[in-house]
Amino acid sequence: MRNTLAIAWKELRTYFVTPMAYVVISVFLLINGYFFAASVSGSFAEASIRGFLFPASFILLILTPLLTMRLLAEEQKMGTIELLLTAPLRDTEVIMGKFLSSLAIVGAMLALTLWYPVLLFWFGNPDPFPIITGYLGILLVGSAFISVGLFTSSLTSNQIAAAISSFGILLLLWLINAAPQFIKGIPPGIFDYISPSVHFRDFAYGVLDIKALVYYLSFSAIFLFSAIKSLEARRWR
Amino acid sequence: MIEVENLTKYYGDFLAIENVTFQVQKGEILGFLGPNAAGKTTTMRILAGYMPPSSGTAKVAGFDVVEQSLEARKRIGYMPETVPLYTDMTVESYLDFHATIKGLRGKKKQQRIDEVLDICRLGDYYDVIIGKLSKGYRQRVGIAQAIVHEPEVLILDEPTIGIDPKQVVETRQLIKSLGRDRTVILSSHILPEVNMVCERVIIINEGRVVAVDRPENLSAALKGSEQIQMEVRGAIKEIVASLRELKGVQDVTWESAGENNIFTVDCSPGSDLREEIAHLIVGKGWGLINLQTKRMSLEDIFLKLTMKEESEA
Ligand SMILES: Nc1ncnc2c1ncn2[C@@H]1O[C@H](COP(=O)(O)OP(=O)(O)OP(=O)(O)O)[C@@H](O)[C@H]1O
Ligand SMILES: [Mg+2]
Repeated sequence: MRNTLAIAWKELRTYFVTPMAYVVISVFLLINGYFFAASVSGSFAEASIRGFLFPASFILLILTPLLTMRLLAEEQKMGTIELLLTAPLRDTEVIMGKFLSSLAIVGAMLALTLWYPVLLFWFGNPDPFPIITGYLGILLVGSAFISVGLFTSSLTSNQIAAAISSFGILLLLWLINAAPQFIKGIPPGIFDYISPSVHFRDFAYGVLDIKALVYYLSFSAIFLFSAIKSLEARRWR
Repeated sequence: MIEVENLTKYYGDFLAIENVTFQVQKGEILGFLGPNAAGKTTTMRILAGYMPPSSGTAKVAGFDVVEQSLEARKRIGYMPETVPLYTDMTVESYLDFHATIKGLRGKKKQQRIDEVLDICRLGDYYDVIIGKLSKGYRQRVGIAQAIVHEPEVLILDEPTIGIDPKQVVETRQLIKSLGRDRTVILSSHILPEVNMVCERVIIINEGRVVAVDRPENLSAALKGSEQIQMEVRGAIKEIVASLRELKGVQDVTWESAGENNIFTVDCSPGSDLREEIAHLIVGKGWGLINLQTKRMSLEDIFLKLTMKEESEA
């Protein structure tokens, strides 16, 4: 655990010495501010954060590959992976440390939006439950996205290739629930089950579904596990 | 402390090292000497646990580097050839990171970081971003991270490459002092360096070990003799003939240098024929301009061994 935290801490520091974290966080807040403002003003205004949650999940889909692309690709490019893999660390500690660092950034981004609900409570009377589950849901979505990005970053020494391929995987999975419209013969429920966007809806409406929780956790676990295996395979190449 | 047996590594179809076998005793400084592409880095990477061999085994401090990789890695300090460091960290935070992942905690960690900064003469640079350091100072940081957890075994891949002569001398002294209480393997293609720093040398060429011995034994055993070189004025044939008659002379060769000729006499090991030869030449009335012994340097041996390999191939 100490090793994992040491790596997470080191990565976090790197995020803030490069402009990456600042840029990603600013862009996220800017676009979300826009959607939040749009959702609470005008004639269809409602006292909920749904109008901000759905766009936010999609913005995360675009931004997390940028957060994660560096994590392992750069180590491979710069050769620093040689010292990382010869240090007395388990591959799991390396991957989890890097995962936690990105999750912390996403967490911080979301924390900075907490004043939206504060505004809602100030001016209106929102239902608190969907707000709580909404934030939980979007954090889970972020964690799933990060695990995919970490996996693709483990496969290549090229950051751009890592970012594009994780974006591709995420977008495909995000939209895959639309597949039954043109792929016949496979029960549509399967596509719904695979797609992270479908499971997110429940959270946004205040439903805490154990199945969705398990879905996101296993989604992250599968990709984190693949990243660990990919690191192991590097060791044995 | 280190036991390497029949280590073989293929990169795809390419055979990088073949049946490399050697041992290193506790507290020994071993030099790994070989030309470019000999397989030094490959061997060291396997020892450090970066990649597995295709076949063969390696044990460090009793732990197999493949089967018990984590335990072996805990006991190794490694500096790769390219000294890959995180260039956006300061020296101190970098060492702090390495100390942490190598198991040091709390007060002991801080104490050890200060110690290592001192040992590697980085004291004035603890606050500098590594990316702004010169090559020589990065090399020091590379050594510092390797020794921070006081490993039993130190593996240094070309620790003096690319640094200025003054720092080379300092680095060699540092390695020697580090080698007093731990086992060190270092690679190099600089022969005098290995001669100076190491207690034992392995010469490797095209992936195979061609010689293992103490530097001084290598000179004696491989050549089997010492040479005397002299400059003499006189008739070549007669000089050669009478030199050959001397007891202890194995071979005589010559080359002409203007009106004098330079003769090289191979003597059997341990014999010192300087006085006898001088006597002989002066006695016969030839002009002895100059006479000196010439010991075969590690460089001669190195060249001879690696050339031999090539002509055999
Ligand atoms: N990752 C790799 N993939 C393919 N071939 C490799 C790889 N690493 C090394 N080689 C090849 O293996 C051989 C031995 O390389 P190695 O780096 O071990 O030599 P070296 O003795 O360290 O040389 P140098 O003195 O130049 O550092 C070389 O021919 C090299 O091209
Ligand atoms: Mg090398």
